[in-house]
Amino acid sequence: MLTATAIAVDGLGFAAWLFLSSVGLTLIYGVMKILNIAHGGFYALGAYSSAWAIGVYTTTGSTVALTFLLIPLAALIAGAVAGLIVERGVLKFMYGRDEVLMVLVTYAIFLILEDVTKLIWGTQSYVAWQPAFYFGTVEIFDIPYTVYKFITIGTALVVGVSLLLVLNRTRVGKLLLVVIEDREISGALGINVNLFFTVTFVSGAILGALGGAITAPEISVSPGIGAEIVVLSFAVIVIGGMGSIGGAMIGALIVGFARAASVHLYPPAELFSIYLVMAAVLAVKPYGLFALAESRKI
Amino acid sequence: MTKHLDRTELGLLIALPFLILVAFILPKWIVNYVHVSMGTGLVALGVMIQMRAGLVSFGQGLYFCVGGYAAGLMAKFLGVTDFFVLLASGIVAALILSSLLGFLLRRYREIFYAMLTLAVSMILFGLLSSTEELGSTDGFNLPTPSYLGWHPEGETSRLTLYTLTCCVAIGCAIVLNRFLKGPTGYVNEAIRENELRVEYLGTSARQAVHITYVLAATVSAIGGVLWALPLGHVDPEMTNWTTSGQFVFVSILSGTGNIVAPMIGTFILEIVRVYAVEISPNTWQMILGTMMLLTIIFLPKGLWSLFGGKKKSGKSAGADAPTAGE
Amino acid sequence: MTTILETRNLEMKFGAVYAARDVNISIASGEVLGVIGSNGAGKTTFVNMVTGYLTPTSGEIIYRGKNIIGKATRDITQLGICRSFQIPQLFPELSVIENMLIALTISKQDKPVLFKRAIDSALVDEARALLARFDIGQYADQEIQTLPQGVRKLVDIAMATVAEPDLLFLDEPTSGVSADEKMDFMRTLIAALKTTETAVLFIEHDMEIVEAFSPRCVAFYEGTILADGPTAEVLENEKVREFVIGSEMHRTARPETQEVEATPC
Repeated sequence: MLTATAIAVDGLGFAAWLFLSSVGLTLIYGVMKILNIAHGGFYALGAYSSAWAIGVYTTTGSTVALTFLLIPLAALIAGAVAGLIVERGVLKFMYGRDEVLMVLVTYAIFLILEDVTKLIWGTQSYVAWQPAFYFGTVEIFDIPYTVYKFITIGTALVVGVSLLLVLNRTRVGKLLLVVIEDREISGALGINVNLFFTVTFVSGAILGALGGAITAPEISVSPGIGAEIVVLSFAVIVIGGMGSIGGAMIGALIVGFARAASVHLYPPAELFSIYLVMAAVLAVKPYGLFALAESRKI
Repeated sequence: MTKHLDRTELGLLIALPFLILVAFILPKWIVNYVHVSMGTGLVALGVMIQMRAGLVSFGQGLYFCVGGYAAGLMAKFLGVTDFFVLLASGIVAALILSSLLGFLLRRYREIFYAMLTLAVSMILFGLLSSTEELGSTDGFNLPTPSYLGWHPEGETSRLTLYTLTCCVAIGCAIVLNRFLKGPTGYVNEAIRENELRVEYLGTSARQAVHITYVLAATVSAIGGVLWALPLGHVDPEMTNWTTSGQFVFVSILSGTGNIVAPMIGTFILEIVRVYAVEISPNTWQMILGTMMLLTIIFLPKGLWSLFGGKKKSGKSAGADAPTAGE
Repeated sequence: MTTILETRNLEMKFGAVYAARDVNISIASGEVLGVIGSNGAGKTTFVNMVTGYLTPTSGEIIYRGKNIIGKATRDITQLGICRSFQIPQLFPELSVIENMLIALTISKQDKPVLFKRAIDSALVDEARALLARFDIGQYADQEIQTLPQGVRKLVDIAMATVAEPDLLFLDEPTSGVSADEKMDFMRTLIAALKTTETAVLFIEHDMEIVEAFSPRCVAFYEGTILADGPTAEVLENEKVREFVIGSEMHRTARPETQEVEATPC
């Protein structure tokens, strides 16, 4: 019972983190057909700026409560600035190119972002635990959990639901679905496709940064976290079916619970279990659970 | 006709004695870089031959690591030090693993291939990182190799290993060059361009991809053994995706035009890295990334297209053909 | 003449829609057969089924006495059934001669060959001869993606013949070829194909071309065969005039850009 609860709560916690960290990736792929490896860079930028901002702020000795504003603010600024520079500065010139080529382009951008992060914040680790313990802990069956974990879970839910609402219920969302369906025709219909791309990419970047920013208080922020999240979020969106927001939710839950289960039952299999699940899903559904069917060529 | 060597193969054979001679003339530190670049260069070749089919492997480090660890495990647990046995164990391990994984991967193309190769390599990364018996993230050391019962030491050992590495690396390059210009090599080009047509021409595209995958894996594992022996060490970082990314980087930079290009590209990269890391350790990846972007934008066929004179691999193959047979 | 292909009660359903229903066609070796029918009538679906790209919901496809349903496209090619495509399926970044060399190389390997040099002077000669046969030798060194549609069509058809098929399907060979060039185009084509003993089935929208080049004609309508027989009779058939030719009249008035079939057929 104890283990089951632990797996359930930790699984949800992992899932929330994974969803926040990978939803931007799936959004960008869904709209722009770009598998954005630089996503790991946005995540790292978000984590660093959030940890750094919290650190600077808490040395002033003011109330910790305001750090909860700092986290989304840091993500917004880091994601928007980096996203805009990358989209306007590089990707804009590459639209319509081969998908694989775009992977390589975003890999190059990832490498650059890694060093940008190092140049700004150095190679030392940042620890910004204050927000994580501000609300204290709650005990479920005698195991203490930080309230912060539940805030993360709540945030993931809010982000997921609002994304789905925007996409399915608003005019902008419907126009976006048109753009996804056929770029050329939507351009001919007078839809500003480039604007949609910019907005989508920057939103994806901000979401990636948010994933990093919200996780920052719970981890030690150090070089390499970007590379790590790339791999995990790939697994999440592959399981769900690339480009599907709902798929990312399901994928995050599956990966989250698989990881929590192995952490509590057999720790050495932690990383292994994630990919085992992924392989199992792909064996049955080669393009993920919610992948769109390919149209015929001839 | 098939016995004749083409220009690239002839060039490689002529280069071999000079490459060996390097060890006796140039300073030791340069020779060491040449030595390890031959190992990593073979992995870049593995990436390159898949790229010919339009497939980008972001997990070639898997077989680099499999080769290194297979040799390492033989030495660690069975006490084997013989160069040839270690090399063979790397090859066998890669052959078995890639033949099996190939059944999964041959179904995928484009970004899915990139992602799944990456994922598979990270499974091994996860496994090795959490296996304490194998030193977890620190890895473990390899012994100095022996050669059919002969145990050279010091300088002799270093030069022997270097000479053999040259021979194996050049041999692999020749075999791969043959492969690229053989029927299955051309099937790969066709797969890159239009897979539907390949099937309608009466050949299985998946089978060709599978074969290419296994061949690339084998060469990469050989690279892993050749790389691990002079360093005397293996660790899970070999199969981290960031390592694989560097192999992709070399292939992009040098292009798929010629088999020699990734070998030279690897060496240049190795040297640039030494200086870059020394001068400004935190901008090394930035330099890599920028170079890669510039290559993709301005030299989509890679640096090799600068001196090749001919724009494309396929074109040169077609034009060379009549003379090659005579 | 012996029958080389016979389909029996071929049926293909996409959801609730029949793309083919009770399709019974037999083709004799060496014959030329024209297929007409408006877009979505099931012509390409028929070709896709026989070449193994689609598996029919039910029915039989008997080729040289054996049912070939369930066989992969590549195996069917090896048995001697080849096709060209409405939208040419080529290797766009390579030159015409490279396209041919690769096609010849591929079709000559029935099991994977790894280290034998693929291209020699004999193969180059063969490729050039093939291009000469289709009268496109002058384009040999040009990249496919730079060529006009008509030339691509011929390359596509030439490529379909490298495996020396006994039965060849041409999916709208003249689409994308301008109206006044169509006749000459078909003449070149049929002359090139008649140097072999290949049976040819071609899908065509232009009735004049069907009349000029095929003694026999099959009319498709909504997945079924409306008429099958000597071309003159089929074109005079009342139903054909109403459902097929009538709609073709409207069709030819429309611009060429409408040619690309969006429906799965």
